[in-house]
Amino acid sequence: MNVDLGKVDKLIDKYRDEEAAYIPLLQDINSEFRYLPRDALKRVSQKMEVPLSHLFRLATFYKSFSLVPRGEHEIQVCMGTACHVRGAPRVLNKITQQFQIYPGETTADQKFTVETVNCVGACALGPLVVFDGKYFGHLNLSRTDKLLEGYHEENKKSS
Amino acid sequence: MVRINIDSKEVEANGESTLLELARKNGIEIPTLCHHQAVTPYGACRLCLVEIKKEDETKLVASCTYPVREDGITVLTQSPKVNRVRKMILEFLLARCPEVEIIQEMSAEMGIKQSRFILYDNDDCILCGLCARVCEEIIGKSAVSFTDRGPDRKVSTPFNEPSEECVGCTACAFVCPTGAIKVEEWDEIRFIEKWNTEIPLQKCAKCDMLYTPANTPGYILSKMQLPENLLRLCEKCRRKSVAESLSNYDVTSKNVIIKK
Ligand code: FES
Ligand code: FES
Repeated sequence: MNVDLGKVDKLIDKYRDEEAAYIPLLQDINSEFRYLPRDALKRVSQKMEVPLSHLFRLATFYKSFSLVPRGEHEIQVCMGTACHVRGAPRVLNKITQQFQIYPGETTADQKFTVETVNCVGACALGPLVVFDGKYFGHLNLSRTDKLLEGYHEENKKSS
Repeated sequence: MVRINIDSKEVEANGESTLLELARKNGIEIPTLCHHQAVTPYGACRLCLVEIKKEDETKLVASCTYPVREDGITVLTQSPKVNRVRKMILEFLLARCPEVEIIQEMSAEMGIKQSRFILYDNDDCILCGLCARVCEEIIGKSAVSFTDRGPDRKVSTPFNEPSEECVGCTACAFVCPTGAIKVEEWDEIRFIEKWNTEIPLQKCAKCDMLYTPANTPGYILSKMQLPENLLRLCEKCRRKSVAESLSNYDVTSKNVIIKK
């Protein structure tokens, strides 16, 4: 995949004078490209004169960084204890079957990334899915269906 | 100057030092795995735990990272509490690397016959980080570092791919306390298994013996001023050529003169 390094350079310039601002810089890159492209990391390493291994350490340590491209939409299925006993596995199954991917993966069209999380602190709403930062609680199979459909429709409209 | 008591021995510290350094200087042995005097202490293995007492308070600290600053503390390196915790740590380590000799020996010394824990994917690496520290601080390359976290934590190269930075010096293998970094050599190649990195070897310009990883002399030259032609020779030929050049001098005379 070709990465627009110009964009990376701009972001680097923003943090140039700050010492040890690697994490905010990586965050910016991550949100710009929806992942941390390898070429971008190499660029940062060169320009900021920081060993690539240190950047790789940060990139693999924090969950919010990804080394593979993420989908446009992020779906987090809560698998915490409360959600689990309230039927989260079925919801997860439904979603992964619908998209034909495993948790942690992204659909081939780069539209959706599905992952599991452990308790988002809204147990009373379980089973619960966080869809692009919005919380959808009390899910059952048909409501999950609706939720996904809604997004599909929206996608069709916008594309 | 700070005066403290280690295992009922009065010792003095002049200037900055850690508990471990001070104890060792005074002949008191504390077991360690992740410590090496050449690099900054990191406190990973926790084997060097000691109990420190001040008035009625006691606490366990890692002696390799604990600076000696307060007067009048009492340090116990073998107290029942220390031994209990140290034994536990060794049991964990033994479960992780049952095949590593030094851990077997240390466990045996503490009277552990077998670890109570079972781990199915053993790993000789105990994540002490010495390899990463030596590569960064001494070699100045930072070819490897910790990656991932929690149970997945390991030491690796960027993107877990053969390293582009590695000069093949194998300082990492040298400091590794458990021998987790294996180095093999064949057909003009040096292979560092853990980093999955192959480094071509270079031949001596005189005798054709393979004597160094090909990119090392260049790297050494970039770091310090050394006669370049000497680095192209293996150790033996280097000695010979220095000796030969010395034979041009009359070393017996007081004023060294070059013989014609
Ligand atoms: S378990 Fe799902 S929000 Fe707490
Ligand atoms: S030697 Fe102190 S923690 Fe390893």
